[in-house]
Amino acid sequence: MPADGGIGASNKRREDVRFLTGKGRYTDDINLLGQTYVHFLRSDVAHGVLKSVDVAEAASMPGVVKIFTGEDFAEVGGVPCGWQVTDRFGEVMQEPRHPVIAHGKVRHVGEIIAAVVAESHAEARDAAEAIEVDIEDLPAVVDMRAALAEGSTKVHDDLTSNLCYDWGFVEENKEAVNAAFEAAAHVTTLELVNNRLVANPMEPRVAIGDYAPGTGDSTLYTTSQNPHVIRLLMGAFVLGIPEHKLRVVAPDVGGGFGTKIFHYAEEAFCTFAAKAVERPVKWVSSRSEAFISDAHGRDHVTKIELALDAENNFTALRTDTMANMGAYLSTFAPSVPTWLHGTLMAGNYKTPLIYVNVKAVFTNTVPVDAYRGAGRPEATYQLERVIDKAARELGVDPIALRRQNFITEFPYATPVAVEYDTGDYVATMDKLEELADLSGFEARRAEAAARGKLRGLGVNCYIEACGIAPSNLVGQLGARAGLYESATVRVNATGGVVVMTGSHSHGQGHETSFPQVIADMIGIAPDMVEIVHGDTANTPMGMGTYGSRSIAVGGSAMVRAAEKIINKAKKIAAHLMEAAEADIELKDGAFSVAGTDKSVAWGDVTLAAYVPHNYPLEDIEPGLEETAFYDPANFTYPSGAYACEVELDPETGHFTVEAFCAADDFGNIINPMIVDGQVHGGIAQGVGQSMLENCVYDSEGQLMSGSYMDYAMPRATDVPFFNVDHSCQTPCTHNPLGVKGCGEAGAIGSPPALVNAVVDALQRGGHDITHIDMPLSPSRVWQAMQG
Amino acid sequence: MTELSMTVNGKTVTGKAEGRTLLVTFLREELKLTGTHVGCDTSQCGACQVHVNGQPVKSCTMFAAEAEGADVRTIEGMANADGSLSVIQQAFQDHHGLQCGFCTPGMVMTTAALLKENPKPTEAEVREYLEGNICRCTGYHNIVKSIMAASGQDVSAIAAE
Repeated sequence: MPADGGIGASNKRREDVRFLTGKGRYTDDINLLGQTYVHFLRSDVAHGVLKSVDVAEAASMPGVVKIFTGEDFAEVGGVPCGWQVTDRFGEVMQEPRHPVIAHGKVRHVGEIIAAVVAESHAEARDAAEAIEVDIEDLPAVVDMRAALAEGSTKVHDDLTSNLCYDWGFVEENKEAVNAAFEAAAHVTTLELVNNRLVANPMEPRVAIGDYAPGTGDSTLYTTSQNPHVIRLLMGAFVLGIPEHKLRVVAPDVGGGFGTKIFHYAEEAFCTFAAKAVERPVKWVSSRSEAFISDAHGRDHVTKIELALDAENNFTALRTDTMANMGAYLSTFAPSVPTWLHGTLMAGNYKTPLIYVNVKAVFTNTVPVDAYRGAGRPEATYQLERVIDKAARELGVDPIALRRQNFITEFPYATPVAVEYDTGDYVATMDKLEELADLSGFEARRAEAAARGKLRGLGVNCYIEACGIAPSNLVGQLGARAGLYESATVRVNATGGVVVMTGSHSHGQGHETSFPQVIADMIGIAPDMVEIVHGDTANTPMGMGTYGSRSIAVGGSAMVRAAEKIINKAKKIAAHLMEAAEADIELKDGAFSVAGTDKSVAWGDVTLAAYVPHNYPLEDIEPGLEETAFYDPANFTYPSGAYACEVELDPETGHFTVEAFCAADDFGNIINPMIVDGQVHGGIAQGVGQSMLENCVYDSEGQLMSGSYMDYAMPRATDVPFFNVDHSCQTPCTHNPLGVKGCGEAGAIGSPPALVNAVVDALQRGGHDITHIDMPLSPSRVWQAMQG
Repeated sequence: MTELSMTVNGKTVTGKAEGRTLLVTFLREELKLTGTHVGCDTSQCGACQVHVNGQPVKSCTMFAAEAEGADVRTIEGMANADGSLSVIQQAFQDHHGLQCGFCTPGMVMTTAALLKENPKPTEAEVREYLEGNICRCTGYHNIVKSIMAASGQDVSAIAAE
């Protein structure tokens, strides 16, 4: 570990002190003078005609300030979608209006029907119960296959069908892929479900709208991963408030995992209502509300086919997926099953021909959007499962089959439109074999067998495209936003540094890791650097934190801004030392003249910038503050290999995760402790998906898993200590830090390892089981064992 | 609304509550002690864990009125007298036992209760005791490690720092 606390040091997190002492400042901790409270009356049916909403009695209840219904928002913009996918026939996707409050129809359980603003939350809730709603039930569209069938009830009457888009990728390769399948020596086919999940950050969403009648300024405090995105979407598309009259603040945020990226109706409501009642309006989601209003994740049904030649080389891959969009298009929903999924189907392998078809489907369920990994876990899961199945069909070692087909030369252009800059899949697999003690597995298996248990081992690889993303590329792919990041570096007169970043930290530890970079660049202590984020009033326009992009894109913006600072500081130093600028070197917090003993301290230069008495005013301005916007040249491509060992009780189908190992290549690492923590958390979410979590609707569109009583969150007893390693490092070639990002890897890489391990255990136990859909609950495993 | 009086973090406090007001709501909204969090509405997540008369309690499972006259301790009362981090808090920082921080107050309160009952818990005992506390960020790895370190056990052999 570097002694100076710079890049590569496991500095302890400075933000921990406030979180550990109860002094964090989350959105629900903010209370404004004169604040009112809103309670949303939500639909308890999945699909119906909203015949009447009678608020007369409720409006006369104690404490009620005002009640809003869909009528009040009829002239207000809908909640926008930020990505437009073009289908395989060149047509743009079907895009329904998404009202802030339901109007005319309700389309999922949880959709807002009315909003009661009152003096207290209890009074708002009491009054909401007195609202009389008359809904004429319509058949609910829940199952995707049924939704696409001819004559299905339509979720949206004004659309031609429940098909949002039919996407083909790469469409031009389709015939060649089919031909390769015709010529294949072996084809492995697998049908699977990528189960629907609820992200469940521990902090439920909160929004507080505030309006200043004196200035006409609106402020929204919200639990967001990207306050500028919310400001842009809500201001420009929903409420028509220009950005200079709208401030969005996302203070301490208690986890996001994707579901706090999106702009939600509740945010627009609180901002709108605060102006209407001229008082702050606060909404705090209950967990029950979160289950029926936070965007869900995953929910793909897939058929994948892998073609191999006689030497077991992968020759082609073909996949066919139905992706659930829910009732409306959430902010980035259309991109998840397409550009964040299809482009990853090459994985770590040199499969020359790939065709991906995705049909996105509207249903009467909560909207589905990005959840940790977003599209990439779905790609990895199907690919790594079908490879495992192929290995078993062919009677070859699953690891050997993977190794044989690894991409080994970089840069590598895949047949699915991305170019991997670096990677070393052999190295991460070698590392994994060492971490997981694969050579000792047979002894562990025999020992378990002696106790009557089936021990299984599952391995998989993953690749992800993160550090999203080049703006010109995503623009061509349908993004309605750029995906750069920004930073302003402000050096104060006495040498301290403030970095105002468009990235947002909601658990990732930016307040600790970002200063390590600046400390390294200048040669000052990290505690001289402060990170400001989460408030559009004091940070430059930024796109926020998701897609493992903070250090790769936000960190790069910070480096670019700091480079401008250093260049200017060198000019000042050159002036102070009467030397040529080209001869100035910055090291350990001091500027020196090459080849001489002349030097000036960092603090002398920063002071001169603000007290410019002896200063080259004719050449440069006073002050030391610079902004940079960094737009990446490519995605980054973290990769790795994961192994899971399970022990299964053949009497019950119950199994335990005995070991989980991860060998990741994240390129360069800023703070190893934080990186390890990100991987731990990601793996736990992947273990959750593969053995516990399942978001279930019944045929009426009622959510059956709407609380922690029936949605199984991973608990401490469900997971072991993890063995993670990131010593394999092939630095990214196109960003200044050589970093790739680590936030999503664990969630992307872990589900196939676990399922592969359970299938392995069952097959070793003599069961002819090739697949069980996630989550692998004891009942599902037991049922599979019964044939 | 009735007037309630109790001891919170060693100080006698008074405040108003309806009969239906939960202890967690009273702590957060009446006493402005916002360190105690609400993460669910089914008493599953443990983010609202406090101590009442020395016992760990999920403060969403108790009416404020039931705490009349009680001795309540919250996360705001867990640091050392000089304001420095207590052994438990320091262990969580040292071993990266928190990420977003939202479940953390509950984890610290639960840890204090565990170590009072069982000063040197095994890994299995720690995991079992955390059954009522959900964390979505850490995968529990570093929480378990922090708790074992706080109990004075050597955790250097546990994989990864």
